[in-house]
Amino acid sequence: MTPLLEVTDLVKHYLSRGLFRAGLPTRAVDGVSFEVGRGETLGLVGESGSGKSTIGRTILRLDEPTGGRAVFDGVNVFETDRETLRAMRRKMQIIFQDPFSSLNPRMAIGSAVAEGMEIHRLAPKAEIPERVAGLLREVGLDPSLATRYPHEFSGGQRQRVGIARALAVSPTFIVCDEPVSALDVSVQAQVINLLRDLQEHRGLSYLFIAHDLAVVRQISHRIAVLYLGRIVELGTTDQIIESPQHPYTQALLSAVPEPDPRRQRTRIVLRGDPPSPSAPPPGCAFAGRCFHSSKNARCTSERPEQRTVAGRQVACHHAG
Amino acid sequence: MRGSLKRVFATAWHTPSGQVGAVTLLLIALVAVTITPFLPDPRIMPDLSGGAAPPSFAHPFGTDAFSRDILSRVVHGARVSLSIAALAVALSISLGAAVGTTAGYFGGWVDAVLMRSVDAAMAIPRLFILLLLVLVWERIPPAALVAVIGATGWFATSRLVRGEVLRLRELDYIRAAKALGAGSPGIIFRHVLPNTLGPLIVAATLGVGEVILLEAGLSFLGLGIAPPTPTWGGMVHDSESLMATAPWTGLFPGAAIVITVLAVNLWGEAMRAAVDPRTA
Amino acid sequence: MSSPSTPLLEVRDLRIGFPNPRGGEVFPVDGVSFRLDRGETLALVGESGCGKSLTSLALLQLLPPPGRVLSGSSIKLEETEILSLRGEALRAIRGRRIAMIFQDPMTSLNPVLTVGSQVVEALTAHRRWSRADAKARTIALFEEVGIPDPAQRFAAYPHHLSGGLRQRIMIAMALAGEPDILIADEPTTALDVTVQAQILELLDRLRAARGMAVLLITHDLGLVAGRADRVAVMYAGQIVEEAGTTDLFERPSHPYTRGLFRSIPRLHESVLRLSPIPGTVPLPSAWPSGCRFHPRCAEVLARCSTEAPLNTELETTGPARRTRCWLASPLPPRA
Repeated sequence: MTPLLEVTDLVKHYLSRGLFRAGLPTRAVDGVSFEVGRGETLGLVGESGSGKSTIGRTILRLDEPTGGRAVFDGVNVFETDRETLRAMRRKMQIIFQDPFSSLNPRMAIGSAVAEGMEIHRLAPKAEIPERVAGLLREVGLDPSLATRYPHEFSGGQRQRVGIARALAVSPTFIVCDEPVSALDVSVQAQVINLLRDLQEHRGLSYLFIAHDLAVVRQISHRIAVLYLGRIVELGTTDQIIESPQHPYTQALLSAVPEPDPRRQRTRIVLRGDPPSPSAPPPGCAFAGRCFHSSKNARCTSERPEQRTVAGRQVACHHAG
Repeated sequence: MRGSLKRVFATAWHTPSGQVGAVTLLLIALVAVTITPFLPDPRIMPDLSGGAAPPSFAHPFGTDAFSRDILSRVVHGARVSLSIAALAVALSISLGAAVGTTAGYFGGWVDAVLMRSVDAAMAIPRLFILLLLVLVWERIPPAALVAVIGATGWFATSRLVRGEVLRLRELDYIRAAKALGAGSPGIIFRHVLPNTLGPLIVAATLGVGEVILLEAGLSFLGLGIAPPTPTWGGMVHDSESLMATAPWTGLFPGAAIVITVLAVNLWGEAMRAAVDPRTA
Repeated sequence: MSSPSTPLLEVRDLRIGFPNPRGGEVFPVDGVSFRLDRGETLALVGESGCGKSLTSLALLQLLPPPGRVLSGSSIKLEETEILSLRGEALRAIRGRRIAMIFQDPMTSLNPVLTVGSQVVEALTAHRRWSRADAKARTIALFEEVGIPDPAQRFAAYPHHLSGGLRQRIMIAMALAGEPDILIADEPTTALDVTVQAQILELLDRLRAARGMAVLLITHDLGLVAGRADRVAVMYAGQIVEEAGTTDLFERPSHPYTRGLFRSIPRLHESVLRLSPIPGTVPLPSAWPSGCRFHPRCAEVLARCSTEAPLNTELETTGPARRTRCWLASPLPPRA
């Protein structure tokens, strides 16, 4: 079966436009390829500047890509005209990180949920309130709250509204852009459980973007690890979590705080910060911070291509 | 912009300057409404030979050179001056919002063309434009005055709105609306404009004070509304020759201008502080 | 009392009031007591709105207006009652005895001054330095907090530096006054995980090297393991449980602490369903009667909704353990 979404060699450069100088382009995403299957969750993990949010937005063309292809259900999203794109947006939705800026403060939450149905005329006007009530119930909110405004809700409840808004147009694919990282721990788990239930009932596919590996592993079937705009490792959740091959994946896993004082492993503490995406180093972007024992001159001169190591894709000269 | 308009009003009300401004404005409105029916017609000249009489029981503010009751003229003048101000501001705010939103939302060359034009327009003194335009009329009709003041008053507003729209454009709920397939008009009218209302209302309030002064200034220069319609600026203008012998003819309309503009500005300033997150 | 010696810092019955926009006053911190000893790390853990950050701000009388500390509260730095200090005496404590670093190293640094001059300013706030000495001392501090090329970084502006480096600058600034206590309010929340680990490691190294006490304010229980000596868990303006780190992680005694542990997603186990705590954190204006956790509690008793549980001391071999729960079994009466 063909995958629902197939992204090939996605590139997104930002130009920092100055009045007098054309700055160097920021290579936010620099040649990324992956697939998302039907009913599957692909986790996209990376730190700030890795390009993970940019990937989610360009796939939905909320940002225009610089290059590459994103074939969704047989159609290349990057080459469709406006009308087709609007129609496709019924099938591809997004939920955001910040529960405060993701809802219009002047719109009752019922109207926010109804908006997509009205735009695509998915239901006769008279039926919309009933549909909205159904959606609110589905995300665990009391339908009588439909006339309330966002400021009357907690972060977790707002996130549920954002999910209901996305579900209103019956999508098959949702980009979840850090949907729980702004929430309190006790509420995070509620939202993750909700997303899993919805996937089960509606057969949804997710691109789940996050920086927290412990969260990503709870919901993802496969995980892609990003570093400076490129995928350094892509494999099943078990492969990535239990036997990471790329040194960066290993460091990232080691840095995850473990809520167990008896289980404090020997941590790999990376030195320094990721390099700037407007001046990526030649060769492997991670080389400057890498601790791999066979690190050599090749790492700083030749960019490692993805290859299969222990059943998953790894971009490292020395892994395996 | 934080929270709802209701909260902006409430926050502004809870500051000293906001309270003084709002209470003064309400008092002015209350007085104007309740005593108007009891006042003589401001255009009636009961005693042409009588000249200006000082304040008395019959005429609390005195009478002017044509023996007209100054209290009545000040109260009626309030209606004229304030409605010109309100209408002119409504016009300039609408134009400013339209241009600012278009420039901010669409960006690119649209933004560049609109904003450079605004820069150019702002380099020309407003009074010069007004003087140029009123040359056409001997005495300007009220509608034309409103149009002229409104059409030359939106430049700063358009910049304000553009800045606000640039900020809003990056918020996730605008992205969410795009992702739902909403078109530009829908996004602008449902998501962008309602969220610029706070700063706009502040700009409008402060604009009212400015226009009252501008209209007074034009009238004072003899370029305002044609007599005998009373306006505050016109009354101050008419009192010029009497200032030494009958100071009350200019004093009361002058005080009306000062108090109203001060009250409007106090209230506007309090709302500006309430809208500005840096003062939180 | 677990230790007869005078603690370095002792907070007793701290209550903080804010006027409620709808009339009256709310108390986002409502009777918080804890102590901090020399050279130890105490973690104050809680979710947003539990009052942990306000508590830390009150320690330096830095509450944002119109907040106020209620009379009857006490914050003692050794023998000095901080809450009664004003003006010069208070300034002598800030930075010199107790220093603070914040979550966002971008907004805590002045963008138009070089980072070097900002640290120099912190140095000269407490004693006279010659220009050359101040610069040399600053560079030495940069080195101590692990800033590469410290001499070159002296003239850098904050926007030239990454988030991790900016947080190191903040720490250098905090160390300038040689404080006895470092309050770290969510010091790594704005940072990437790989950088987070570096900063926590640094704080721990400095604590050990300088004998400083660290008050680590965080929402992340996972961060605390292996880094704090003791943990105080806050909920709805109160400390609901206080224990040595090992005790807390192995035998959490308050249902809220247990709920928090259950809701944390674990890296090495995949579960069918996570177990969240139902409901949401209440607002200070709507704190439940009795035990404030009872509406969300899985083990609620009839009395929990009406009677506020006492702070009960529990048996332990480690540091003192206290919990505010009717289910907790108190210490047997002392002989």
